[in-house]
Amino acid sequence: MTRVYVSKDMAAVALGADAVAQALSDAGAQVVRTGSRGLFRLEPLVEVETPEGRVGFGPVAAADAALVLDGSHPARLGDVSAMPFFARQRRLTFARCGVIDPLSLDDYEAHGGWRGLAAASAMPPQAAIDAVKASGLRGRGGAGFPTGIKWQTVHDAPGPIKYIACNADEGDSGTFADRLLMEGDPFCLIEGMAIAGYAVGAERGYIYIRSEYPFAIRTMREAIARAASIVAPFVLEVRVGAGAYVCGEETAMLDSIEGKRGEVRAKPPLPAIAGLFGRPTVINNVLSLAAVPFILSKGGEAYAAIGFGRSRGTMPVQLAGNVRNGGLFETGFGITLGELVMDIGGGTESGRPVKAVQVGGPLGAYFPPSMFDLPFDYEAFAAAGGLIGHAGITVFDDTVDMAHMARFAMEFCAHESCGKCTPCRIGSTRGVELIDRLIAGEDRAADAVERLPQMRNIARGTRPAEEEIELLRDLCDTMKFGSLCALGGFTPYPVLSALDHFPQDFGAAAAPISSAAAE
Amino acid sequence: MAPARAPNLRVSPTRNDRSIASGATLANGHAAAVARLAEDFGGEQTALLPMLHALQEEFGYIDDLMVPTVAAALNLSRADVHGVVTFYHDFRRQPPGRHRVRLCRAESCQARGAVAIERIATERLGLRMGETSADGRVTLDAVYCLGLCATGPNAMIDDVPVSRLDPTTLDRLLGDLTR
Repeated sequence: MTRVYVSKDMAAVALGADAVAQALSDAGAQVVRTGSRGLFRLEPLVEVETPEGRVGFGPVAAADAALVLDGSHPARLGDVSAMPFFARQRRLTFARCGVIDPLSLDDYEAHGGWRGLAAASAMPPQAAIDAVKASGLRGRGGAGFPTGIKWQTVHDAPGPIKYIACNADEGDSGTFADRLLMEGDPFCLIEGMAIAGYAVGAERGYIYIRSEYPFAIRTMREAIARAASIVAPFVLEVRVGAGAYVCGEETAMLDSIEGKRGEVRAKPPLPAIAGLFGRPTVINNVLSLAAVPFILSKGGEAYAAIGFGRSRGTMPVQLAGNVRNGGLFETGFGITLGELVMDIGGGTESGRPVKAVQVGGPLGAYFPPSMFDLPFDYEAFAAAGGLIGHAGITVFDDTVDMAHMARFAMEFCAHESCGKCTPCRIGSTRGVELIDRLIAGEDRAADAVERLPQMRNIARGTRPAEEEIELLRDLCDTMKFGSLCALGGFTPYPVLSALDHFPQDFGAAAAPISSAAAE
Repeated sequence: MAPARAPNLRVSPTRNDRSIASGATLANGHAAAVARLAEDFGGEQTALLPMLHALQEEFGYIDDLMVPTVAAALNLSRADVHGVVTFYHDFRRQPPGRHRVRLCRAESCQARGAVAIERIATERLGLRMGETSADGRVTLDAVYCLGLCATGPNAMIDDVPVSRLDPTTLDRLLGDLTR
């Protein structure tokens, strides 16, 4: 019987993989459901096992089952891992994703699984923390905080009860690496969390997964049940979010796990000192924890050998939006934005010129192609007025209206604000109104309050667009420095970058970039 | 402290839907469900979200009637529970339609034409985002990212994810939701 591999990843299923798998099964093949390889233009991808290795076909329709099985299907790809998109990658975290049956413990072990945990258990907890420090691993959720230092803080914090909390609330549009990993290699995350638990002295871990990821929730729960005896006494539990973007903020996530409204906590105290239920808590992103098994099994130095500047190791970059080769591209830091978008991504899928790319999700900056020589590195992006975030890159072609995107950023912030701090709660709504007026091109007349005699310090007259833009910059400044967390604090990034790099979309008044843009 | 019996128990008006249990059966049914779930999840505050998810799974929405019962089971105030129910976008306080169409509105889907898809869907269904049709057939909701960002525009139709939506596919899928 021919063995074939078909992804059961949510993205593949959304493109019809279930029907393809069913058709292949009906045609007599033995179907193994895997995670996704991560190049979505190939999905539904079928790989047929042959004496020469796996031969890929994709995209395949259910009606093509017979052609795939006799090898005559026109979309024959040969060895998928040899395709340029895959051959150019450095897959450390995603090495198994798309290759193995995600829920097979045998597969996981045969592909190097549990070696990191075994290595960690054979050394003192401090040595495991030192390995993570030596790797230079920085938080992959976006903030880029050194993971080893966070672990050290929790390790050193007094108290008998500590927690590991995995942030899998991957709400940023343009990112899907957490989902891909949880669906394609869930034991890798479990192993990483077990290592973290051993290193800091925690016996309980939570994985907070957003409700929009039903496939990942199912897979993780099943994987946790299967691996329970291996990671014991460490105990893991999946918690499901409820549609609140702000719960991706670490302290809001803790409140949500505790059964409260997902409101952001003021820091300090840091969660590493007083986190979940007031106990010392390691909060790491899925990708940070999933990088740990490699670091422990191959050594921190092996991981640190890849990278650029202070950004060490690999980053699973996600190419999204209007891009030809959309998918997951794991690579060392230092690759330029242009290489990612044009060479690897292949430009836009629509075939039109790229106008802008947004890096780092809804709170990330928009960059024009003139900035494509920017190296992928935490510091370089910060210096260019942006952020890497969770390394999602959303590509837009020249039909996009950047004033509309800036408005959407404010609208999204207003929709998702937890309401705790004023700059975010009120500022986002005022931002929508301001941008609406700019788009409409109307000068704003002074309102009733502004005309009151006691309002001595404000302008009485009609406010022209130049002043409105000044006001928008002022508002962004307040949100950036006055908000409690990154939702309000980073919403100015997409807004200001759209304004600075694409002033023509905001009307003539926006064209001269004011001194406030130097920020 | 939550009172043992809330003074103002009333069934919130169930909008135009026959598929969801009427107020009377809900009142009988939900108390038993809450007791069972409190047993399963433990009667503490941390059980609140799992419990609300389970109640919504069973009854389709979180009726205001359930709030005092849940509060009592977890030793919380009604304000605590009401606050959580209203904070999270997932929890509905009215019965949903028999089918649920969720369209992604986030940036990556916008880059691939989601705005046009949203316009077609709202016109075709005669609903705005967040509304349920008068016959209780379908609820149209926005979702902010399903994590399928390279193959948008995306939707979840009931529990099925759909990528690369175009007007033709959308028309066919919405047409299938006749029951």
